Amino acid sequence: MDKNRKVHQFKNPVLNWIEFRLPIISYFKKEYGDYPMPKNCNYFWSFGALATITLVTMIVSGIFLAMNYTPHTDMAFDSVERIMRDVNYGWLMRYIHSNGAAFFFIIVYIHIVRAMYFGSYKYPRELNWILGVFIFLLMMATSFLGYTLPWGQMSYWGATVITNLFSAIPFIGEGLKTWLLGDYNVGNATLNRFFALHYVLPFVIFGVVGLHVAAVHVHGSNNPDGIDIKTNNDSVNFFPYMLIKDTVAMCAFGVAISAVIFFGPNLMAEVDNYIPADPLVTPAHIVPNWYLAPFYAILRAVPDKLGGVLLMFGAIVILFVLPWLDRSKVRSCNYRPIYKWFMMGFFVNFFALGYVGMLPAEGLYLLIARVGLLYYFGFFFIITPFVGWIEKPSKLPLSISDVYAKNIATNIGGGEKGIPSPAMQKDTNL
Amino acid sequence: MAKKPKNKRRDFLQLSTVTLGAVGTAAFIWPFLKSMSPAEDTLAAGSTEVDISAIEEGQSITIKWRGKPVFIKKRTKDEIDAAKMVQASDLRDPQDDADRVQKEEWLVLVGVCTHLGCVPLGQKVSDMKGEYDGWYCPCHGSHYDTSGRIRKGPAPKNLDVPPYTFLNDNTIKIG
Repeated sequence: MDKNRKVHQFKNPVLNWIEFRLPIISYFKKEYGDYPMPKNCNYFWSFGALATITLVTMIVSGIFLAMNYTPHTDMAFDSVERIMRDVNYGWLMRYIHSNGAAFFFIIVYIHIVRAMYFGSYKYPRELNWILGVFIFLLMMATSFLGYTLPWGQMSYWGATVITNLFSAIPFIGEGLKTWLLGDYNVGNATLNRFFALHYVLPFVIFGVVGLHVAAVHVHGSNNPDGIDIKTNNDSVNFFPYMLIKDTVAMCAFGVAISAVIFFGPNLMAEVDNYIPADPLVTPAHIVPNWYLAPFYAILRAVPDKLGGVLLMFGAIVILFVLPWLDRSKVRSCNYRPIYKWFMMGFFVNFFALGYVGMLPAEGLYLLIARVGLLYYFGFFFIITPFVGWIEKPSKLPLSISDVYAKNIATNIGGGEKGIPSPAMQKDTNL
Repeated sequence: MAKKPKNKRRDFLQLSTVTLGAVGTAAFIWPFLKSMSPAEDTLAAGSTEVDISAIEEGQSITIKWRGKPVFIKKRTKDEIDAAKMVQASDLRDPQDDADRVQKEEWLVLVGVCTHLGCVPLGQKVSDMKGEYDGWYCPCHGSHYDTSGRIRKGPAPKNLDVPPYTFLNDNTIKIG
């Protein structure tokens, strides 16, 4: 080891002792203390922190649920009912966990919307985006596995429908499905392995989240104006400024999720899942969790089994290549007068797909799903590359500080382009 | 040049070591993958004998075989005629009614929709039977006819016919 290595010096000798042996103190100071955040970041930038907090909450509540849960087809449903009725605060653990999953998706969807609208996926943060999509995929897999565990009617038939998607693959499909289930249909072998995988995947997510955060810290966070930090004037330290801001967001989130957990814990639950699983009776409408409904709508919009499955998975896989489909160098949609509206249209369309995904696939709903499907893929394959090519973006501010200088100038009635802003003068002094 | 044979020997050793390591790892992974396939007791799940003497014409019962629902239907004359009238070549999964039954009044089907595995409706009198008066899958709207053949909707295949034999006039052995 290099004896000339520079060791950070802290006031506290205990920290120094640790730092000399494992430079973890300086790492945390650099990544979570002095880490520069663009000072124009709004509350959209708190959703990464909220997602992390929710992930930890899900892992903790899940571990405590697992202490009382039995992954056997004869006992799973009853053990969940026992958690609800007899285990001390079991009802709270379960409602935190079930509603926490829904809120986890709400937060992550907002986080993704933020990344798309403000162009966070563009150079140099493409790998960061890819890791994020990967986390999203893992989340969907984990939530699906977890939804099977209570062994109600929706659990059973949801698992049946989703695992049957694999049987659409030519030649190997049936064999693959049987291998995944460990039986010819969803049964005890399936429940057992789903429980094991549902327990382990969140820790995999946690690991990928670590990479996701490490990757964003390399080039720093994006911001609503989508321009880089140029001077110290453009940023504030993560501690205390952003930590405090994230804490405010966390409090608001806590109020929202508590309202649901305590006053409407079954708002987002399906009534049929309080009926024990019955392999001989399919519920009239198999409804996916609302947060997976847009993809379910795409599956049902296609009148062909393999085609529907391919497009459904394609709808997620397409996200991986978004950084290369978008040819515009301007990150933030605030400066993209045309693409901005297509982007908003994409969000509305996704919402509409989710809505019809929860309703029967017939008549008008089917038509909406098909139009939505066309827009979804058209947005990625046609609109995104094409608009980036023809659009003339509006003028970007010179620096993040300049944004504020302009705002101040406009507010006091000035704002002529010839007048140098105070911030710009300050920059030159540095 | 004198070094060359020595390098070759080292290259060979390195390559063979890495290869052996890779093969060993693959061999180590195999049992884990294989353990996820259906276990012996699952494979051995046996056959089921069903007493069909109480089934009236037009009536259909559901029994459980290897964890799956099996429909046994005693078809009416009209239903048999409707099934026979269809040209097999017009169907998505072409099959004559005669190839799907042993005795034409008795139709035995695995009651699992070939689309995504739901149990189609049509067993009860009050159920929706679809446009072809057979079975209708409520999940994604597949219609099956009185021979259990797919006629409309997303399912790619006809309802499966399980292996079965008539032990006598009143008993069917499924499996």
